[in-house]
Amino acid sequence: MTKEKIPIAIELSDAVAQAVRQCEVNVITSYPITPQTLILEKLSKLKANGKLKAEFVNVESEHSSLSAAIGASAAGSRVFTSTSSQGLLYMAEMLPIASGLRLPIVMVNANRAISAPINIWNDHSDSMFVRDSSWIQIYCESVQEAYDTIIQAYKIAENKNIQLPIMICIDGFYLSHVMENAELLEDRQVKSFVRNFIPQKKLDFKKPITIGHVASPDYYYKFKEEQEKAMKLSLNEIKKINSEFAQGFKRKYGDGLIETCNLENAETVFISLGSLCCTIKGALIEKKDNKTGLIRIRTFMPFPKDEISKTLNNKKIKKIVVIDRSLAFGTDNPVYSEIKKLCLNKNIKIKNFILGLGGKNITEKELFGIIDNFDSFKEVNIL
Amino acid sequence: MTEKEENQISIVIHGLGGQGVVKASRILALAFSFQNKYVRAFPFFGTEREGSPVEAYCRVSDEKIYSRNQVSEPDYAIIFDKKLLEIKKINAKKIFLNEKTNDCKKGFICFDASEISFKILNREIVNTAMIAFFCRETKLISQENLIKAIKDSFSGENFDKNLRIINKVYNLN
Repeated sequence: MTKEKIPIAIELSDAVAQAVRQCEVNVITSYPITPQTLILEKLSKLKANGKLKAEFVNVESEHSSLSAAIGASAAGSRVFTSTSSQGLLYMAEMLPIASGLRLPIVMVNANRAISAPINIWNDHSDSMFVRDSSWIQIYCESVQEAYDTIIQAYKIAENKNIQLPIMICIDGFYLSHVMENAELLEDRQVKSFVRNFIPQKKLDFKKPITIGHVASPDYYYKFKEEQEKAMKLSLNEIKKINSEFAQGFKRKYGDGLIETCNLENAETVFISLGSLCCTIKGALIEKKDNKTGLIRIRTFMPFPKDEISKTLNNKKIKKIVVIDRSLAFGTDNPVYSEIKKLCLNKNIKIKNFILGLGGKNITEKELFGIIDNFDSFKEVNIL
Repeated sequence: MTEKEENQISIVIHGLGGQGVVKASRILALAFSFQNKYVRAFPFFGTEREGSPVEAYCRVSDEKIYSRNQVSEPDYAIIFDKKLLEIKKINAKKIFLNEKTNDCKKGFICFDASEISFKILNREIVNTAMIAFFCRETKLISQENLIKAIKDSFSGENFDKNLRIINKVYNLN
């Protein structure tokens, strides 16, 4: 039996570093924090070996890391950085500045729980904490997708109608430390897909401009209105780039916003994001269960409500299991609150499960326990 | 419902921080991928400290692998330090243990990786010796592919030393 050639295994950090190199990034700003550090280590190694042209800027904190990235991006550079957990929270002050200045920075966030108590393992508390910072958030489920998404991200972020930063979320350890089969593109393929960065504005001594000046009450809201418009426009751009990528390289991630699995005859649907969705897919395939399906939210911000709503119009769907990987203390959790709104006029029972906080292992047995005992659970369950 | 899909091999490596547990899982995954297999390797750290317990998992299959959770019922366990048996319950169909063959207890497949590693590396980093023994005994990975994976994982003097370890393990009875 002849078998197709399966790609050689590669570590996520190596794949991400290669994508950053192939996108011909000009500036990388760097401050270590587990579990993201491997990515910066691999980039720094590429730089030391003369394989990476980018300026590599080591700084003393995440706040400075994003500040330096903002400065470099405002000066017209293509920029990359990465962080996790407390590091992302320490960047929080600078996050809306990057988006408010409309700078197309691409950052990987290796999702990790936030303190206290201290925990280095995976959940989505960090990226959900900064949900409203006007960064596009894309959650990946494999090494291949993380690599491909970096390449797509520069093209989305740098579109002249978008000009917003993108946070690529990869689950700490469950993805950040994974080695698995993934296929890299050739340098020239990436170059012709991403193209050169043409900044819409830049700080230039020869042609001085001011950015980030005071905006009085008469104007401030206009800036924000434009920003919101760009955020909404990015939904279509993400879709478009996803299909262009599929045409060029034969790989796609649903419609770019959501990915569905096994939905045709499904009466019960899992809705979640990140690497857990890969485990759910496998469980559905193995159980040969065509009554259960999955909607993976790939792009969480901006939230693809039209796409999800359309999918939920399927009258067969009776029950929804929304799995959040973080808590919004005192109110509905991030994914649940969005889905609940979409189900208001539908005859669907919906329950929320908060799984895998602080890296807690989530087994197939547990997932199917939820399906089998759906009615006995409360509206919101922390398991 | 189990965590393991059909036709899948799962391996768990147990060791202490600094013994090369994570690297060993990656070398195995890389070597399996040279044999046209789907693979997935990833670690679980306790606290990230030298000397604290570390686990690393490796799944191998002819089909695409979906499960991303930790492996709890592996086909094979590879244990770098016998002290771990005092604090962990290890269940696997076959358990490879770093231990002198004379002191080997029932239920284990023992190999004195410490001795070989110390002789060649002057340190007790037993990862290459243990996975070479695992490959030799199970024949799941050829010596050639193991060496190829080691070559991608070490450079210069470290590669030479680890190559010597592999050849020594394969040449022992």
